Amino acid sequence: MYKRNIYKVRSNRALSAKTMLMVLEGDTQYLTAPGQFVNVEIAGKFLRRPISVCDYDEKTITLLYDIVGEGTKAMSLLGEGAELDLLTGLGNGFCVEVGCSRPLLLGGGVGCAPMYNLAKVFLQRGVTPVVILGFNSKADVVMEEEFKALGAEVYIATVDGSHGTKGFVTNVIEALEEKGDYFYACGPMPMLKALCGSVECDGELSLDERMACGFGVCMCCSVQTKSGAKRICKEGPVFKKEDLIWK
Amino acid sequence: MEIKRDMSVSLSGVRLDNPVIPASGCFGYGYGMSEFYDINILGSISFKGTTREARYGNPLPRVAECSAGMINSVGLQNPGIDAVIAEELPKMRAAFHKPIIANISGFSIDEYVECCEKITGEEQVEIIELNVSCPNVHGGGMSFGTSAESVAEVVKAVKRVVTKPLYVKLTPNVTDIVSIARAAEDAGADGLCLINTMLGMRINTATRKPVIANVMGGFSGAAVFPVAVRMVHQVSKACSVPVIGCGGVESAGDVVEMMMAGATAVEVGAANLRNPYACKEIIEALPAEMERLKIEKLSDIIGIV
Repeated sequence: MYKRNIYKVRSNRALSAKTMLMVLEGDTQYLTAPGQFVNVEIAGKFLRRPISVCDYDEKTITLLYDIVGEGTKAMSLLGEGAELDLLTGLGNGFCVEVGCSRPLLLGGGVGCAPMYNLAKVFLQRGVTPVVILGFNSKADVVMEEEFKALGAEVYIATVDGSHGTKGFVTNVIEALEEKGDYFYACGPMPMLKALCGSVECDGELSLDERMACGFGVCMCCSVQTKSGAKRICKEGPVFKKEDLIWK
Repeated sequence: MEIKRDMSVSLSGVRLDNPVIPASGCFGYGYGMSEFYDINILGSISFKGTTREARYGNPLPRVAECSAGMINSVGLQNPGIDAVIAEELPKMRAAFHKPIIANISGFSIDEYVECCEKITGEEQVEIIELNVSCPNVHGGGMSFGTSAESVAEVVKAVKRVVTKPLYVKLTPNVTDIVSIARAAEDAGADGLCLINTMLGMRINTATRKPVIANVMGGFSGAAVFPVAVRMVHQVSKACSVPVIGCGGVESAGDVVEMMMAGATAVEVGAANLRNPYACKEIIEALPAEMERLKIEKLSDIIGIV
């Protein structure tokens, strides 16, 4: 189920030069799984901006987003009390019912967003997830302390080696002494492609694409999979590793 | 007090409770939108452009933001006419109990004919909308709609097999919309629908590449509304068949304006993608707008300008 509602900004603060954390108050009943997204209406922009849900509870939705263009720049300027029109409950989200005991939660840059609520859900079920986050540089690293505070096993990789392991999320996975038995990933396409090629266990990946509607009618985000064309906004954004086609 | 006004219109004998129709490609097959509201308040629905074979369409990205609009280059992604009839139409009929407009596209006259032949007998399909105006495919779609001769040829061929009113959806990407519209009417079209999207393009100046993978796409949204009103006006003055006005409609006021320009019914496209309740809000606002403008019967204003 999805729905449009008005939300009030409780807080909207910078975690790094480009990454913001926004907490919104309002109706969250249509969010049912980690990995779903919201489509945010922005004054003066025609298209909504699809943003992954970082966390939610009975009264709030937390969004982690990068300032990448005019739309997200406008979002970043909203102060406490500002109102936002959101479509919520969009997308399928991650499936936690896979019977894994050591899940790898892999986030690239702002792709770490949906891993936060996913980590929470696993910890509530008594499973400690291994959270591996990749960034370009130390200045880009966000959410490290928040994931640690949850009680997850947290590793950081930076491309320039300024923090954590030098290299990519895949380098951390290779070095893990105790391997994971399932993975969840969200991040840039090159990262997702590398994961599908190198991680042996099964997993699911959240895809990011320019969207128009976000609820399955315009076909602007349709991707070819092994089981046919799928809308990232509707059948996705999360797809099983074995379903994805890499060229 | 609730205001009651007569909003009904008739398209070639097909009565619609109100003139508001979600445009093809902006509403899927309707049933998906039932999660937002009861779609039976709509006048009709024009379903996603359908071809003979299943099509995936164009590479991603397919969409770009614009001032007061958007560009799309989906490329007629659809499951093909047989799957539409077998799988989508039953689901659409279960959710929507009013006249359905079947939007049919193609890459050859044979393909248009075959698709129309298959769809024309389908229950609840009351109008066939021939899409000769898709800007996002090569060798089909718009290439039929940019010359009077080819429009006439495809309309004549299709007209021989259809048993329902045939409406031709025209592209604005032509030098003289009136000559194309007249050619369609002379070839036997029962009505016209205009405008489809305008060919547009955006460039990402940081990457120095087009935003849309297919480079160009169809521009739609509020920005094209004045162009649509102008073309509907020109065409409705020059032709005697009904015109469905389409392009940038976002409000009840826009519906009234489009009808004054000459439209008998009005399609709402891109507005649905930003606001899934767009058509519902327009229909609910129409009685008050009629009251404000002293319109007793909506059909009275068709083409009064």
